[in-house]
Amino acid sequence: MSTVSSPTRPARVARGRPAGARLQDWLPRLVLSPSIAISLFFVYGFMIWTFVLSLTNSRMLPSYDFVGFAQYARLMTNERWWVAATNLGIFGGLFVVICLGLGLLLAILLDQRIRQEGALRTLYLYPMALSFIVTGVVWKWLLNPGLGIQAMVRGWGFEDFTFNWLTDPDMAIYTLVIAAVWQASGFVMALFLAGLRGIDDSIIKAAQLDGASLPRIYWRVVIPCLRPVVFSAVMILSHIAIKSFDLVVALTGGGPGYATDLPATFMYTHAFTRAQIGLGSASAILMLGGVLAILIPYLYSELRSRKHG
Amino acid sequence: MDNVIRRRTPAARLARALLLTVLILAALFYLMPLVVMLLTSVKPLEEIRAGSLLALPMNPTFSPWVKAWGEACTGMRCDGVSVYFFNSIAIVIPAVLISTTVGALNGYALTKWRFKGSELVFALMLFGCFIPFQVVLLPMAQTLGWLGLASSRAGLVLVHVIFGIAFTTLFFRNFYVAIPNELVSAAKLDGAGFFRIFWRILLPVSAPIIVVSVIWQFTQIWNDFLFGVAFSAHDTQPVTVALNNLVNTSTGVREYNVDMAAAMIAALPTLVVYVLAGKYFVRGLTAGSVKG
Repeated sequence: MSTVSSPTRPARVARGRPAGARLQDWLPRLVLSPSIAISLFFVYGFMIWTFVLSLTNSRMLPSYDFVGFAQYARLMTNERWWVAATNLGIFGGLFVVICLGLGLLLAILLDQRIRQEGALRTLYLYPMALSFIVTGVVWKWLLNPGLGIQAMVRGWGFEDFTFNWLTDPDMAIYTLVIAAVWQASGFVMALFLAGLRGIDDSIIKAAQLDGASLPRIYWRVVIPCLRPVVFSAVMILSHIAIKSFDLVVALTGGGPGYATDLPATFMYTHAFTRAQIGLGSASAILMLGGVLAILIPYLYSELRSRKHG
Repeated sequence: MDNVIRRRTPAARLARALLLTVLILAALFYLMPLVVMLLTSVKPLEEIRAGSLLALPMNPTFSPWVKAWGEACTGMRCDGVSVYFFNSIAIVIPAVLISTTVGALNGYALTKWRFKGSELVFALMLFGCFIPFQVVLLPMAQTLGWLGLASSRAGLVLVHVIFGIAFTTLFFRNFYVAIPNELVSAAKLDGAGFFRIFWRILLPVSAPIIVVSVIWQFTQIWNDFLFGVAFSAHDTQPVTVALNNLVNTSTGVREYNVDMAAAMIAALPTLVVYVLAGKYFVRGLTAGSVKG
């Protein structure tokens, strides 16, 4: 301790040591202990519990008849699961890429000293404050062929205009992409804008002195500086994609048929409405695996960059 | 940044105009669904069937809002979304207050009273931010049953507190880590205790992060659907679940205007918070992602 020079120190220590001071030493741990217990039980314990359930043949109610990895084997031969997993690939991939592209574009354009920047930023970002249920309800209305966008454009005189993705099993998955991009791309814009504001001006000035054109400066100098932001954004967006549940429920209900099922809706349907708790648990564990596959490289690089920086 | 097109050559002016056009088109894209939602919610049904999405209402009426609030059918019951709106409020308020308080104390203990393993404790808790909640649904349902909290608002409060603490702890921990330790050490030397230091030194400077945490938790819990649909009964549903039921109730004529009014009602609280405190909302969103 660096407080040895303090003359009052020894007396105080001697006086306060017995009960009060020891309590003070333990108080922080005492305050944290309920949260630690909650985390151990409700997060880690529940993960293990779900894993255990995934090894049983639980149907309507949890049972503890162990069947090994049979539920996972069933999952691998379940066509609906593969539709859900493929959908997540399509939905997640497009959602992440379009959000990144749109977010970056808007951020760069907004960064050109636009007088109305504050107002525009507010407009781009407000969907993020909404519930995915609200987003789903609104887009379901906009995309319904009879009275929505299709009808509106036909009313303008384009009689052959067709935009009936919501009712088309092959295209319905893209309606999820549209609604999700609408909701989250403004947020990605905000991330990029913060990143752009953090870039050292002198790098850009130096490039300008070298006679580089504006697009070239952005492509070669600015965007590479945004790498960490891209990384975080990909992380957050893929996380949103894997968790997507409410949007599907509200916008397509997983339909037509089960054409727009995602793992999250698959899990819920099987565990809660189709009395397939074992199978539902197995799908939940695979979802967790998906999240970990994204999270671990992210955390790894975060820790590494922190050590170097 | 200083790389702005400053010379007002015709080309530069054209570029500027193009830039503004793109930005305004984007704004219209984001704005359009909200505008359509509002317009549809004040149109009579005949006008909706006859006219186009963006047409202004010729006979604006507030009755869809009245119906959505007090009469529309959500599943079995037909008394609007008002009951569920108040359910959401009754769930959100205690859950936000408790999770923020616990998060503040956790963040404080983890940064100003470090002990062996405190970083590990933080990492352990942080993981709770990332799990897909599907992985806890089934055990949670069973545990709530054991606790006698199945399908109750108190049960939903508990669930939101449990899974909110990871986020609030992260917010406060990252905020308190930036506050110099000297003040706290000096107070410790003067014999001030754990709670006294928190109350006198940390809490007075915590206003911004409290706002961030409250707004984040409020938005998350208000907008939650998964826990709401899994752990509630008819009379304890939050408003998001009721809205989904209302829109998907298949009896009678589809009343799009009532659907949209109900969606507006469900969306208004978080929209108002966003308009009033957008800055803090963004900070909450980015708190976990952009490490300072």
